[in-house]
Amino acid sequence: MDNNKSWIDQRFPLTKVWNEHLAEYYTPRNFNFWYFFGSLAMLVLVMQIVTGIFLTMHFKPDSANAFASVEYIMRDVDWGWLIRYLHSTGASAFFIVIYLHMYRGLLYGSYKAPRELIWILGMVLYIALMAEAFMGYVLPWGQMSYWGAQVIISLFGSVPFIGPDLLTWILGDYAVGDPALNRFFSLHVIALPLILVVLVFLHIVALHTVGSNNPDGVEIKKNKDKDGIPKDGIPFHPYYSVKDIVGVVVFLMLFSAVVFFAPAMNGYFLEHANFIEANPLKTPDHIAPLWYLTPFYSVLRAIPPMFGSQFPGVVGMFAALLILLALPWLDRSKVKSIRYRSWPYKVALGIFVVSFIVLGWLGMQPVTPINALLARVFTAAYFGFFILMPWFTSIGKTKEVPARVTE
Amino acid sequence: MSGQEIDLKKRRFLTNATSVVGAVGVGFVAWPFLSSWMPSARAKAAGAPVDVDISKLESGQLVRVLWRKKPVWIFKRDSSTIANLKTLDAELTDPNNEEDQQPIYAKNTYRSIKEEVAVIVGVCTHLGCSPTYRPELGAADLGGDAWKGGFYCPCHGSKFDLAGRVYAGAPAPTNLIIPPYHFVSDSLIRIGVDPKAS
Repeated sequence: MDNNKSWIDQRFPLTKVWNEHLAEYYTPRNFNFWYFFGSLAMLVLVMQIVTGIFLTMHFKPDSANAFASVEYIMRDVDWGWLIRYLHSTGASAFFIVIYLHMYRGLLYGSYKAPRELIWILGMVLYIALMAEAFMGYVLPWGQMSYWGAQVIISLFGSVPFIGPDLLTWILGDYAVGDPALNRFFSLHVIALPLILVVLVFLHIVALHTVGSNNPDGVEIKKNKDKDGIPKDGIPFHPYYSVKDIVGVVVFLMLFSAVVFFAPAMNGYFLEHANFIEANPLKTPDHIAPLWYLTPFYSVLRAIPPMFGSQFPGVVGMFAALLILLALPWLDRSKVKSIRYRSWPYKVALGIFVVSFIVLGWLGMQPVTPINALLARVFTAAYFGFFILMPWFTSIGKTKEVPARVTE
Repeated sequence: MSGQEIDLKKRRFLTNATSVVGAVGVGFVAWPFLSSWMPSARAKAAGAPVDVDISKLESGQLVRVLWRKKPVWIFKRDSSTIANLKTLDAELTDPNNEEDQQPIYAKNTYRSIKEEVAVIVGVCTHLGCSPTYRPELGAADLGGDAWKGGFYCPCHGSKFDLAGRVYAGAPAPTNLIIPPYHFVSDSLIRIGVDPKAS
């Protein structure tokens, strides 16, 4: 065994990688519940890739056959229903896990120096994941697939000057149809998964370079023992690898409950109108994107057309997404963790979370005058969180941060 | 060459020149891939005109046909609808069709060749949904008595009158598009081809 190991180690840094990233990667000893979601996101990514490979074996990326091939998977392929429901539930689970993972970052200031690049890579991952999910949703070619694609792709048509040509280029036709379905399939199955995997790799390399943050926001590398090991650190493996398995077990229990008992989640994970084949002549009476995109969809609807163009709304929607990238530089606070922050930040974070959830809910509702007004108020609150952040993070009294992590 | 000195300036110049030529090469190679996304020859050829027989179309009735993969509505308006269209100017964004959303022969209040027959591309100018036909007068959910019949977009709430003109305050910025069309005979419309006279 040891002989084999050294034979490999002379040719490939196996032991070195194992130690640097697992057995001798020192992680703060005070991780809590919020630290499950990074490893769970990895689990869901692997699950999506594996189920996706098997779905691709039966799916036909052709507007004449796509809908029927999904029905074929559901009815005729042995266990096809299970593989598809794992994949469709996995998409929503991915976003639940990612939103909690991002919220953890906001709670404990994990985006602050020296971890700005981890945050940025994570945000790029999030945006790529949205594109991946959107294109995946188009593939079954139901009514929601078709009209959702119509609305989202029309956003690009509102770009001044080049809009109509850009639209034609994206669609490969003059309307949503077979060429669009076919290229979305290619992007969903090859291009974006490759990008996601590379980004996850970079995200983790960046994390392991600076080390993990923790609920106290204390840099454990500042307190090392005589062997150079952080006093508040424990090796990732076996301590956190075992802890994460507990998270995996609980997650899979909840996940299985959805897959087996409520795979459509009453229209939230699989919308009812998507069980009807795409019909270019008739828009369903009520259309909304899937829940994980609705906060941004609400921002789009909240901003009225200006100068005879829908473009300002589109800019607003993308700005709502991209402004998250600036977070490490908007936050002026000297402390990282919510435990030691001043009260204005706690209030602002509360308002932000409420705004995000309300915008998400509004995005699923039909447009009424009262909903439009609410969407405008909460869009203002959403942007207010970022624009006012340099101010509210520099006022108020912060608590003193301890030198070592607390129990 | 004398001695072992390295001419860093020359080396930098050569590195930069090679990089520039390489970048131009990458640009040339990228072009075929990017343009493969444009509509194929087959997609371009699929835009043939569509003939619609309206001899059996009742007043108030609407039919939908696909033209260039987009829904086109053909419906008949009765005399009261035609009269109502003239009374709406104050509520519309562009009552006189200043925006170029119709052929010149349809640039009138009714946005059609014949005032009783409407031909409209049924794609919302906001984000591409197909609005719902709501011809009933005074629909409670669409503003009650003020509603003179028209189209309502379920996606984002834009409203249009029965000539496809957008109501002010709607998310849609412009009136619906009128396709080129002409009457081959009194009962046959050809969508996609202008009348011979124009």
